[in-house]
Amino acid sequence: MFNKLRLVWLVAQRELRDQFRDWRVLIPMSILTLCFPFLMNEFAKQTVDFLNQYQANLILDRLVPFSIMIIGFFPITVSLVVALESFVGEKERGTIEPLLTAPFDDWQLYFGKLLVGAATPLIASYISIGLYLILIIRQGLDMPSASVMLQLFLLTTAHAVLMVSAAIVISVQSTSVKAANLLASFIVIPVAILMQGEAVMLFWGNERVLWLGIAGVMIIALLLIRVGIAHFEREYLLGREIDTLNFKWMAQTFWKNFIGGAISVREWYGRVVGSSFRRALPAMGLMILVAAVSVWMSYDWTMTNVSETVANASPEDLTKLQENIAELPDLSSLRGHLSAPFLFLNNTRSMAVIFLAGMFSFSVLGVLFYMINVALIGGVYAFLQLLGVAPLPIFIAGVLPHGMFELPALLIGSAVVLYIGAGLVTPQNGKSMGEVVIELMADWAKIFVGLVVPLLAIAALIEAYVTPTILLRVIGN
Amino acid sequence: MIETNDLSKQFHDFMAVDGVNLSVQAGQILALLGQNGAGKTTTVRMLTALLQPSRGSARVAGYDVAKNGSDVRASVGVLTEHHGLYMRMTALEYMDFFGQVYSLAPALRKSRTDNLLEYFGLAEAAKRRIGEYSKGMRQKLALARAMMHEPSVLLLDEPTSAMDPESARLVRDEIARLKSTQRTIMLCSHNLTEVELLADKIAIIYRGRILIQGSLDELKRDVLGVPEYSVRFAEAWNTNGLELPKGMELLEKTPTSLKVRVEAPEDSNPQLIQRLTSMSAPVVAFQEEMRTLEQVYLKVMASARGKEYVQ
Repeated sequence: MFNKLRLVWLVAQRELRDQFRDWRVLIPMSILTLCFPFLMNEFAKQTVDFLNQYQANLILDRLVPFSIMIIGFFPITVSLVVALESFVGEKERGTIEPLLTAPFDDWQLYFGKLLVGAATPLIASYISIGLYLILIIRQGLDMPSASVMLQLFLLTTAHAVLMVSAAIVISVQSTSVKAANLLASFIVIPVAILMQGEAVMLFWGNERVLWLGIAGVMIIALLLIRVGIAHFEREYLLGREIDTLNFKWMAQTFWKNFIGGAISVREWYGRVVGSSFRRALPAMGLMILVAAVSVWMSYDWTMTNVSETVANASPEDLTKLQENIAELPDLSSLRGHLSAPFLFLNNTRSMAVIFLAGMFSFSVLGVLFYMINVALIGGVYAFLQLLGVAPLPIFIAGVLPHGMFELPALLIGSAVVLYIGAGLVTPQNGKSMGEVVIELMADWAKIFVGLVVPLLAIAALIEAYVTPTILLRVIGN
Repeated sequence: MIETNDLSKQFHDFMAVDGVNLSVQAGQILALLGQNGAGKTTTVRMLTALLQPSRGSARVAGYDVAKNGSDVRASVGVLTEHHGLYMRMTALEYMDFFGQVYSLAPALRKSRTDNLLEYFGLAEAAKRRIGEYSKGMRQKLALARAMMHEPSVLLLDEPTSAMDPESARLVRDEIARLKSTQRTIMLCSHNLTEVELLADKIAIIYRGRILIQGSLDELKRDVLGVPEYSVRFAEAWNTNGLELPKGMELLEKTPTSLKVRVEAPEDSNPQLIQRLTSMSAPVVAFQEEMRTLEQVYLKVMASARGKEYVQ
């Protein structure tokens, strides 16, 4: 084992030596590491002065952790350049072949590159944060708590691993540095959105939520590493010389997989959709389990927190709540306002969001959105119970008729997203990553068009024209 | 040794290598000839376990390329089409890096590095960054790297390209020395003179298929026909009394020369020389008509394209 790890270190060491001889890496990293804390400190000073005028101490408290996150992030951006160069850069310079003909295992090459891609910018990042903390202490500002510092440390590390592992995936799959740099927007944009979300969490100050966020980022980073190893093939680093986006090939591959050679709709449903459905069955089993856990968690949370909130509420708050409930439209008016196309489009859009979120996060965000959707059932059930209304008849009348179609649609559609995530992180010999992605998308499209859309259409019709009538009969106006 | 059986590689609908059968024993040099894009590099990449064969099999140094990729890579020394040197490293660092990759002990790494750099005339530039090297120096360093772990099999793609004649000679001598130490060598080259000097076997590949293979003599005989010999006389000499040995055909006759085609030179030529001597013929030269590998190659390629070979 030591000898195997020695080779990982050997790859990393060589890369490191190369990096420290490349002014294009050294200069930006030095500037970002050593200058940015001072700039940020100046910005913080100005903000403190401004906020002190309005006694906005809460924002002041959260400003320091936010600044640390930003300061830690900037040197990490260099990791993107290093990692994007790692394989495709070597391919362009022709240095990859002697390396690939040496007795390295794929994982040794991969982790050697990953290590050096993440380690150097991370060290720069920690130095930058350290420098900023010294400036904060000198200014007499409050230091963040130990747990927040730990969160920021983990978040910075997770960002680096996430970006480097994603960049390496791109580097392995790209045919030129130019193409890899263009594809890097697929890293920069999601990470920018992610950081906005993290900034919101930091200003919100809810440490539990932030821990969940960190766990999510770490899981995605680990999945990306897995994707990188799963699709790392020496053959693809050398075999593909063409640097064009072949839309015709993409369309043909997608269509071939979507149709699956079927000559009639019946055959398509029976053989093609059926086979994709069977492949996604384990994911469906898992999603049923996830649904059960989500419903139970939301039920438990609502029962505990809402009742506690109501118990601690002032009489004024309770009056306000009653007024708000009274303002809600009654069910008889809903009957006329619910339209099947609206419901159908709304649900289809939700499914599309789950798919897109899942695609960008190896199904992590897709599953999260699915959990939120399903958790509503537990939450509403508990809420009705707290209001003193028997929830079961309402559920049987108000959810079951259309839910019989809508919930399986949600379950199947989300399970396919999980299946796609699993497919992406699984090694598939003899196929490029592009082929794997197109085939998985075709699988999703088959299930979506063949099963999810029809189920959602039926559910929308029932929800618009049947459910309100039954519900009214059960609970009256 | 290298053994391939129906070795093939397909990229989507393009057959890069199609049913290649090769056999190179220890102490032999096989030269793989062919135009650019014929499948030479793909074949070498399969033999170094960089590409998985789509069909067929290959064993290199006793290991199956499809199953024991890492063992294959540890046993071969490869000089790739692009020498692939790290320009920010010095030659010493570069050699040491690959020495470590092949798990050589520090003392052995140092001695081999020193010896190889000395042999290729790079010792003085050993501490300079490779980026400052000339093309020929880079080529020599890449070759030194391929030999660093003293592999039992060497796959050399254009080993003397970009080299000055002196350096090229140095490299050829080294290849010949490696052959004498029972190493198996495969050479891809466009330098046919070099191939004639070094190769025991020659294979010509065209559009992924081996068109012909064998020793240089076998190829000449198969492609250009039986050898031709000419006899030159010091002065006009009457050949009327001369009876040619069996298996020898007269092609051309002038007062001062003869040109014959010989089926089995090893049998017929001594007889002819004996007869000429006994008839006191004023022979000043007896030599094989010049037939080069280039002629063989061009004729094979013309035939593959369905064209007439014009000498």
